[in-house]
Amino acid sequence: MDRIPNWADVLLVPLISLVLAAILSAVVILAIGENPVEALGYMVEGALGSTYGWGYTLYYATNFAFTGLAVAIAFHASLFNIGGEGQATLGGLGVALVCLALPWPHWALALPAAVIGGAAFGAAWAAIPAYLQAKRGSHIVITTIMFNYIAFALIIYLLNNGLKPVGQMESSSARFPEGTNLPTLHEMLGAIGIPFSQAPPVNISLFLALAAAYGVWLLLWRTPLGFEIRAFGKSEPAGKYAGISSFKIIMITMLISGGLAGLMAINTVMGEAERLVNNSVQNAGFIGIAVALMGRSHPLGILLAALLFGFLVQGGAELAFWTSIPTELIIVIQALVILFTGALDNMVRMPVEALFRARGRAEKAKSVAAE
Amino acid sequence: MDYATLLQVLDSTIRLATPLLLACLAGLYSERAGIFDIGLEGKMLAAAFLSAAIAFVTGSVWLGLLAGIAASMALSLIHGLASITFRGNQLISGVAINFLASGLTVLIAQAWFAQGGRTPSLSGAGRFSPWEWPFSEAIIPVPLVGPLYSELISGHTAIVYLALMMVPVSWYVLFRTRFGLRLRAVGENPAAVDTAGVSVVGLRFAAVAICGVLCGIAGAYLATSLQAGFVKEMTAGRGYIALAALIFAKWRPWYALYACLLFGFLQAVALRFQNLDLGLFVVPVEFMDALPYILTVVILAGFVGKAIPPRAGGEPYVKER
Repeated sequence: MDRIPNWADVLLVPLISLVLAAILSAVVILAIGENPVEALGYMVEGALGSTYGWGYTLYYATNFAFTGLAVAIAFHASLFNIGGEGQATLGGLGVALVCLALPWPHWALALPAAVIGGAAFGAAWAAIPAYLQAKRGSHIVITTIMFNYIAFALIIYLLNNGLKPVGQMESSSARFPEGTNLPTLHEMLGAIGIPFSQAPPVNISLFLALAAAYGVWLLLWRTPLGFEIRAFGKSEPAGKYAGISSFKIIMITMLISGGLAGLMAINTVMGEAERLVNNSVQNAGFIGIAVALMGRSHPLGILLAALLFGFLVQGGAELAFWTSIPTELIIVIQALVILFTGALDNMVRMPVEALFRARGRAEKAKSVAAE
Repeated sequence: MDYATLLQVLDSTIRLATPLLLACLAGLYSERAGIFDIGLEGKMLAAAFLSAAIAFVTGSVWLGLLAGIAASMALSLIHGLASITFRGNQLISGVAINFLASGLTVLIAQAWFAQGGRTPSLSGAGRFSPWEWPFSEAIIPVPLVGPLYSELISGHTAIVYLALMMVPVSWYVLFRTRFGLRLRAVGENPAAVDTAGVSVVGLRFAAVAICGVLCGIAGAYLATSLQAGFVKEMTAGRGYIALAALIFAKWRPWYALYACLLFGFLQAVALRFQNLDLGLFVVPVEFMDALPYILTVVILAGFVGKAIPPRAGGEPYVKER
């Protein structure tokens, strides 16, 4: 079968899927008796119309970049890590334990330690499903789902027993010491004279996410290990024949994936809440699936998709504030994006392929006729 | 724990196991035909909402049940289109369906009823009423057997008995009929079924449709029988517990019943006792909540018997051209 040109594969197909998802979202908004154009107006204004809006958009985008990268790197090894939610939850625990362990004098010392804590706990939570997949053949999708629920139960238990300071009613950990508070974008841009809203929690983690994206790109396309991951993902038997150990690839890929998901906690737990609360992940693990699918599992695509979802979440919150449309609209849009860019990919791809084939034939016929 | 408490716990075990059992059997048909379905949760949720909404508007729980089945079937159709017709990734399709249901139910509930994503409470003919079996009042004074009969066996809603009936029915359909043989074959080796001149696509759509019906009943049960109306996210992970039960049961109907009763029992105990004091140590309620998932991972790990899924599960079938 003729392959479609690269630009169509990377740009055209996802774009058509996105347009389809957008049209259906508009239909949904119409069906509940609201005006989609007006709704989009509120969302753009609320998410991009001020540095306040941008701050929140970038804050959410940081989360989704981490979880999107986590899902994507597993996708490259043909593994579907649906457990980002649980791994990020455990990452939060790791970050919290590091932050509470010492009276940190300065964030520059606390941040590297918290990065290690978050990544290690996230990776550890991915390690068991990875091991079971690699050694016992247990389906990683099912085990990571189960581990999500086990993580939720574990965190609720720990928050109520042990992490909660004595005498506190609310089930959350103690507040982290001052020295762990990360610099916000407001402070960082203010230092070089650019005014930026003080309210949004967007912080230095944003740059950590960019660095992570670059790191994932380097790993996948510039190292032998990345080549092995991708080769294994394309064809496991071929990979095995080439001497690639499936155990090694599954374990390493899932550890990196879980670690990336765990790093999300730097942004939410250390950057925003500055203590561990229940449900700190807020669906970001799942949104990572949509982000990875839309970004075609490429770090650059993921950053763009993360920004789009950051816009959707912040815009959706503003929309719910100004109209009677609940924030659940964003879950619907997220579902449609996953459906069209993921599950129904062939529905879009088949007509596009047919179109290119027809054009190829027509050109061939023309050149034959010219002779 | 006295006898009355035990009966109460067992009684709520049956109530809580019913939606799990229906969803588990739903997944059984689908996965036996080679279509992985992690969208059980979403289908139940959609059915719960639409059944409650229609039951409230029309005042008839039976119309509500039909509407619930229709909602679940609609999502099944999407899953079928994505995973059978367009040969997409079945797991991703399932994830999308869960989110679609999770978002749409609240969105529509808010638009229709404006009660913060709930339906109004159902009462009277809007809910399934319990079936009192003959002599269930008269027999209570009889020791042991009396309360057992009137509490545990009698007094459930029609759907509970239907769900229990579906176990032998499913066993018969899957293991004693031609349709069942073909359905299982299509999950193990679709090419062989195709060679025999039987439509792989047709069989798989049939399986997905049955899955839709059963999930629809499960969802309607949640909203019109177990509770009185729809609330946001009311399935609360039951679709995933059903999935766990399916693996626990190694894709077999009778074992599905046992697994669902076990998981229902865990839920009932967690609900009744919160933190369970066993004298020597206290079992925290969170551990009880997590136990179905932990048990499933243990089973999946193959330490206690190996759970082997249908061989062609999750793979789209491409006919040779």
